[in-house]
Amino acid sequence: MRRGTREYGAWSIGLLLVLVFALLPVVWIISLSLKTPTTVGDGRFLPAGGQWTLDNYKVLFEGGFDNSPFIHPLINSIAIALIATAIAIVLAAFAAYAIARLNFPGKGLILGGALAIAMFPAISTIGPLFDMWRSIGLYDTYLGLIIPYLTFSLPLAIYTLVAFYREIPWDLEQAAQVDGATPFQAFRRVILPLAAPGTFTAAILVFIFCWNDFLFAITLTSSNNARTVPAALAFFTGESQFTAPTGNIAAAAVIVTIPIIIFVLFFQRRIVAGLTAGAVKG
Amino acid sequence: MSALAGRLRLGRRGGVSDRSREERRLGWMLCAPAVIAMLLVTAYPIGYAIVLSVQHIDLRFPNEGGWVGLTNYQTVLTSSLWWTDVLNTVIITVVSVSIELALGMALALVMHRAIFGRGLVRTSVLVPYGIVTVVAAFAWFFAFDPGTGFVNHLPLIADDKAWFGDRWSAIGVIIAAEVWKTTPFMALLLLAGLTTIDGGLYEAAKVDGANAVQRFFRITLPLMKPAILVALLFRTLDAFRVFDTIFIMTRGAQNTESVSILGYNQIISRTNLGLGSAVSVLIFIAVLLIAFAFVRLLGVRMAEGRPGA
Repeated sequence: MRRGTREYGAWSIGLLLVLVFALLPVVWIISLSLKTPTTVGDGRFLPAGGQWTLDNYKVLFEGGFDNSPFIHPLINSIAIALIATAIAIVLAAFAAYAIARLNFPGKGLILGGALAIAMFPAISTIGPLFDMWRSIGLYDTYLGLIIPYLTFSLPLAIYTLVAFYREIPWDLEQAAQVDGATPFQAFRRVILPLAAPGTFTAAILVFIFCWNDFLFAITLTSSNNARTVPAALAFFTGESQFTAPTGNIAAAAVIVTIPIIIFVLFFQRRIVAGLTAGAVKG
Repeated sequence: MSALAGRLRLGRRGGVSDRSREERRLGWMLCAPAVIAMLLVTAYPIGYAIVLSVQHIDLRFPNEGGWVGLTNYQTVLTSSLWWTDVLNTVIITVVSVSIELALGMALALVMHRAIFGRGLVRTSVLVPYGIVTVVAAFAWFFAFDPGTGFVNHLPLIADDKAWFGDRWSAIGVIIAAEVWKTTPFMALLLLAGLTTIDGGLYEAAKVDGANAVQRFFRITLPLMKPAILVALLFRTLDAFRVFDTIFIMTRGAQNTESVSILGYNQIISRTNLGLGSAVSVLIFIAVLLIAFAFVRLLGVRMAEGRPGA
């Protein structure tokens, strides 16, 4: 084919440009995390040959559970994101099932409201939350972060799940109901297994959302009790006042990027489907 | 099939209202927890923010309280800092969203026309989408920082250029980091729009002698208008709330504050809840106005929208 060679050439260049655009900053932060204190300022994109070290990573875990600047925030990040994701998905699955399958007034209002909340500026809530959480004891606790994460991830979860649930063959559920199953049994026995892949996708998106948060994490926490990694990174200090914590921040940044890389590598197709599901009704 | 339909009709005849009433109740019950969770941290706090904003509340001076009417708003709206921050926020929003639209469209076309390596492209563009914003901000900060970065060692760039020492170069780096992080999401939304276009239209246009540029402007763009407007609305509102990147890079130094940074500084750093809440409410109103403008002036049909991340 004549068009073959030229098109392959153009596509290869396009592919290369996209890869460089997407991955250059990631390669850079990994490179920085491997530099030694003497080479961190050498301005080279990659560590000079033989001049790399894993010390920046070791320092993060030094001092064990109590004294490490990183272990507590890492555990907090994982626990808070997992708990918030689990609750958000359960609540969103109930709501999305109802919206996709049942007939009841107020559906449009709920979807519209969810859309409005997706556009809501989180910054407008931090003053009241800061004040409320301090007076009712939620300040600097897991629950204090989980609640706002629920609120702001539910629109994403509901929209993604509604889009997936609308694709599920409706007849099967009706058949189950005709055979005597209650609407709830029909949901649990018939729809839930069919809905599992879409639900898992929504869970990945919600997890990424919670894992990413910075604003609530710095305003509603004050210590390692509940501070997550993004917030801890912003307040990292060097081992002494004379050493900048550049290498350590880079190493911590690489570690919190690992789950994202894993999701993207293994669930690329699902994430794309989740983000574009129902984006535009053709 | 007809037997099934008959049974269904029979069942309905028995208790139409019972069944639909039950369905309605179940629908509300299933939605209630999600609705309550969504309102808990939005409707109630914004109401509370309005109440706080008309009081003098400074946690450093807990005894000096009281209602002050609109004084806080007056203080904010007459301060040059607020208007500097509004200007910064608008510049960052307009410039970054414009670049994202152009780059995102290019990226969407590349992904759509993939000859090989489709999975590789999609996987790699999802990395910026998924990466923690704070991590992205640090990566770009360290790249441009004269002490650690490689950018100043590139040809044509002064070795000692202090990118974060000047307002406009700092805002430039902030915009670059924002564009890198969010272009993939824009591209995916646009890709979803692209895939809905009937390929036959392009074939017909080719037969009629339209070249690639004409096909893009006469077919692709008009048909993608709804997808583009929805993507623009979400990205504009998201960009308007810019916080993480600025906090990491400059904390608002060199006049690079955004309105969100201003709100944070008032509430958390200066613990001036009254003044900070006035800023919060003003940001909320600005977001409402932007959404309203998109819906009214540009005709975004919200039914086609969906929340991103």
